[in-house]
Amino acid sequence: MLFNGKEQDYRALNEALRKTQEDCLITGCCGQRFIAAGMSRQNITIEGVPGNALGAYLNGADITVYANAQDAVGDTMNGGRIVIHGDIGDAAGYAMRGGKIFVKGNAGYRAGIHMKAYQDKAPVMVIGGTAGSFLGEYQAGGTIVVLGLAAENRKIVGFFPCTGMHGGKMFLRSACEDIKFPSQVTARPAEKTDLEEIKGYVDEYCALFGCHADEILDAPFTVVTPDSKNPYHQMYVAN
Amino acid sequence: MKIEGQVRIPSGCAIAAVISKEGKKMSGKRIIDAMIPMHDRSNGLGGGFAAYGIYPEYREFYALHMFFDSRAIRKECEVLLKERFEIVKSEIIPTRTIPQITDEPIIWRYFVAPLQSQLAAMQLDEKEFVARIVMKINAEMKGAYVFSSGKNMGTFKAVGFPEDVGVFYRLDEYEGYAWTAHGRYPTNTPGWWGGAHPFTLLDWSIVHNGEISSYDANRRFIEMFGYQCTLQTDTEVIIYIMDYLLRVQGLTLGEAASVIAAPFWSTIADKTDLKDRQKHQYLRTVFPSLLVTGPFSIVLGFHGGLMALNDRLKLRSMVVGEKDDKVYIASEEAAIRAMEPDAENIWAPAGGEPVIIKVKDGAY
Repeated sequence: MLFNGKEQDYRALNEALRKTQEDCLITGCCGQRFIAAGMSRQNITIEGVPGNALGAYLNGADITVYANAQDAVGDTMNGGRIVIHGDIGDAAGYAMRGGKIFVKGNAGYRAGIHMKAYQDKAPVMVIGGTAGSFLGEYQAGGTIVVLGLAAENRKIVGFFPCTGMHGGKMFLRSACEDIKFPSQVTARPAEKTDLEEIKGYVDEYCALFGCHADEILDAPFTVVTPDSKNPYHQMYVAN
Repeated sequence: MKIEGQVRIPSGCAIAAVISKEGKKMSGKRIIDAMIPMHDRSNGLGGGFAAYGIYPEYREFYALHMFFDSRAIRKECEVLLKERFEIVKSEIIPTRTIPQITDEPIIWRYFVAPLQSQLAAMQLDEKEFVARIVMKINAEMKGAYVFSSGKNMGTFKAVGFPEDVGVFYRLDEYEGYAWTAHGRYPTNTPGWWGGAHPFTLLDWSIVHNGEISSYDANRRFIEMFGYQCTLQTDTEVIIYIMDYLLRVQGLTLGEAASVIAAPFWSTIADKTDLKDRQKHQYLRTVFPSLLVTGPFSIVLGFHGGLMALNDRLKLRSMVVGEKDDKVYIASEEAAIRAMEPDAENIWAPAGGEPVIIKVKDGAY
C-alpha cells in the first residue's frame, strides 16, 4: 500500500498505517513522528526523512528507511527490525529490550542508552560508521556493535562511552587506544570466540548494505562488559 | 485552571536557520517552510524570526522594534527616545490580520541614530549607549519592550505557532541574507509576546531550544555588568552573555562558545594540543559563572553570520546541511529538507562544537 507522506500530518499517516495489514511504502516522508509505533507485522518502507521516535515500541514489524533517521529511533522497542540506509540521530534504541536496529552510517549521541535484555529477548544494534558520545549509557543488556567503516580520521566513538553500563556487551571494531572507558567496565581485545557471537549480526549487516563480513571481521575488535555483577556497589546507596 | 507558567509542560521547541555565504537575499518564505514539519515541537505559545540584511535603505540606523501595551505608553516612550536619538522614521510594523494570531500589542518600529551630544556627554560608544537605553526601557517602562535593536536586521515574534507568526508579520515581503526561526514550547516560564524568541540585543539575536539549569548563577553574574533580565525567560541571559563576551570582552565566537559550553575538566586535561588545553583552562577559570549548563541548542545571529552551538552534553538535537551558497541549521533534518530537499552533507555537530558560518566580506 502506498502512502504519500508529503505534508501529511503524523496522526493521519499513522492511523492509515494501522488500518492496513498490507506492506506499506511511504514516499516523500518529511518529519512525521512515531511512524509504525507499536506495530507488530508488516514491512514498512520509507523514502524521505521520518520524524522522531520512528518505530517506538515496535513489536515485530520490519522498517526500512532509505534516508537518514532522526532522534529516538526504536524507543522502547520490543521486537522487529529497523534498517536505516543512512545516519541515525541521537538516543537510537533508547531502552529497547528486543529486536534489531541496523544503521548503515553513523549514530548520534547516546545510541543504545539503557538498552536491556529481558527473558528470551536480547536487543541488537549494529552501527556501520562511528558513534557519538555516551554510547551505551546505562546499558543493561543486549549487544551493541560499532564497525567504524569509512571512519577516516574520526574516533570510533566519542567521549564517555559506557557510562553507567551494568549489563550487556559492546563490540567496537578498533583497538580503542584513544578511547577512555569508565573504571566500572572491562575493555579487552576480542578473541575469536567473541567474534563468533556477532558474526551473524555482521553477516546480516553485510547482506543489507552490501559488504563483506570476512573483511570486516578481519580487524582488531574491543569487547566491553561491566566489570562485575554490581559495578556501582555503594556508589549511591549502601547496597 | 492553571495557566501556562504555573503548570509545567515538558519537552519541545524548534529552531531553524539559513544563511547565504554569498550574501544572496532570500524572502522569509523558506524559513517559514522549515517550521512546518516541526509544528509539534511548539505548542502555540510563541514563535519568532530574526532576519539580517532586511533594511538596506536604513543600514546606518538602529532599527528598534517595540511592543507597547497602550498608546499612552508609546507616547511616553517616544519622549524618551526623542531625548536620546534622532528618529529618521517611525511606523507601525505591517501585519496581516489572521485568526491564528490574536491579542497583539501595539507593534512599532523606529529607525534611529544616537544624538552625538548625548554620546559625548555620557562618554559612551554608540553600541553601549544603545544597549543601555534598551535595558532602561525594558526594565523601567512598564508596558514597553524593545525586542530588536540592531542595524539592518530585525526580529519578529508573537504568541502563536511560528509558521503563523511568519504570515502575520508578512515575512514573505522581506529579503534577508540570513534568517533564524524559533517555535516555542515554554516549560517553566509564561508564554507571552516578549517571551517569544529570538532574543536580541544590538545585532545579536538568539534562538534557543532547551532550558538553562544555570540560569540564576548566570543571571547574577551578568547583572553585575549592567544587564537586566526582565523578559521572564532563561534564554534572555544567553544573549547578554554573548554580548558581554563578544562585544565587551572582545572574545572570538569560538572562545565564547568554549565559555558557555566548556568541555569537562577531564576532557580538557586529556587534550594533547598544549595551547588548546591552556586556552580552555584559562576560559573556564576566568568565566566560571558563564558556563551554561542544562540542555540547549542555539543559533546566534550576528552582522554577517550565524553560529550554531549545542550544550556540552548535547542534550538537544541539531543538524547542519548545505547546498550551493546556503547553509541550513535545524532541530530536525526534516526542517532542512523542507527548506532545501536536495541539501547535502547533513551532519550533527558534537556537543560544545560551534558551527560558525560567515557571509563573505563585502556581501552584506
